[in-house]
Amino acid sequence: MKDPRIPDPLSWSVFTQGIWRDNPVFVMLLGLCPLLAVTNTAMNALAMGLATTFVLVCSGTLVSLLQRVIPKQVRIAAYIIIIATFVTIVDYAIQAISLDLHKALGAFIQLIVVNCVILGRAEAYASKNPVVNAIVNAFGMGVGFTLALLSLGIVREIIGSGSLFGIDLFGAQFQPWAVFVLPPGGFFVLAFWLFVFSLMRKRKETRAKQEEVARAA
Amino acid sequence: MTETAPVPTASPSSLRLIATLAGIAIMSGLLVALAAEFTREPILKNRREALEKAVFTVLPEATARKNFLLNESGLTPLGDDAISEANCYAGYNESGELVGVAIEASARGYQDVVKILYGYNPHTNCILGFTVLQSSETPGLGDRVETDPDFLANFACLEATLNEAGTDLKNQIVTVKNGTKKHPWQIDAISGATVTSTAIGTALQKSTTKLLPLIHKVEPEFAQ
Repeated sequence: MKDPRIPDPLSWSVFTQGIWRDNPVFVMLLGLCPLLAVTNTAMNALAMGLATTFVLVCSGTLVSLLQRVIPKQVRIAAYIIIIATFVTIVDYAIQAISLDLHKALGAFIQLIVVNCVILGRAEAYASKNPVVNAIVNAFGMGVGFTLALLSLGIVREIIGSGSLFGIDLFGAQFQPWAVFVLPPGGFFVLAFWLFVFSLMRKRKETRAKQEEVARAA
Repeated sequence: MTETAPVPTASPSSLRLIATLAGIAIMSGLLVALAAEFTREPILKNRREALEKAVFTVLPEATARKNFLLNESGLTPLGDDAISEANCYAGYNESGELVGVAIEASARGYQDVVKILYGYNPHTNCILGFTVLQSSETPGLGDRVETDPDFLANFACLEATLNEAGTDLKNQIVTVKNGTKKHPWQIDAISGATVTSTAIGTALQKSTTKLLPLIHKVEPEFAQ
């Protein structure tokens, strides 16, 4: 994570930080509980990702606006109240949109409160940066988290139920591999994606090193 | 020599800490109240629609629904919005005749409590079907109770006749091992999902013993 003492100038990297360099799931390994629990279908994954993004952006905005008001002794309590407020709002909103979705996500909507990605962003970024940066950064983190959830949800739904966003892909003769929609499947698919990501990062690093050597020669 | 604990520099007074937290709490309360107010109507509408769908699934001939609260003291008609207070829902066909009563029941399944809604026809003494309202059974195994055609065939007309005195069922509803169903009041379990099948049976057995005698006692009051 970046040095917190120097405020970031608003740049493209404030946004992309959450998607690639500091992806909350694939790099920081945060928020794995909802990640493993609700990615059994792509729809659930998308809904969870959007709900988390909403909470991230709203709580980031408020924390950044109130950074001079909140004394540092009570900041964690204050952040938790702010986050819990927006989680409750999301909970109501999802119930209003679809009860089936609310049923599918179950307790994990309320558990967004304790998602460490959000508290981590409030503490490490929003409380030390101007409000526009905080919003952009939180939005980037939310997109990164949603993409991570989706990459698990899509794979698990295709293999485990033979469908994507509820649309049947293979027809009746397909025998779904049910373990992939069960909890163990979440671990398998997460391990696979972590492997792919670290392989890609390693490749990039090696290439950068080779270029440096070539330039020096 | 006395040593004092290091005092943090420029610590704000406790009053200020409390005031900040109180201020944030008030703001948060306001936001939550606003959200609750704005979403109350749509949430109620969703609940009503979900229940309506469930009632019409278990009472296929019904086209209208009425909420009732049924207990030892009798039958109390409730308003259309009193979904959470009601425990049974009467279904009527187009000519306004009672086609059945939908009742909620629950029992412990494999993972958690399975909550179902079942339809009962007091004229034919049949359980007409059920739908799962809430369950966290294993996908691909326990949740087959909703889709397995052989299991659902149990509910074409599951017998639930009262004894002569009208105090209890003549034959208790029971779930039996797959392929051993002999009587119309038995439920043939799904092999591989015995626990969930048994939970459905238990829920029906508990609920029918308690409520069917009451329903028969107050049946004329269901008429519109």
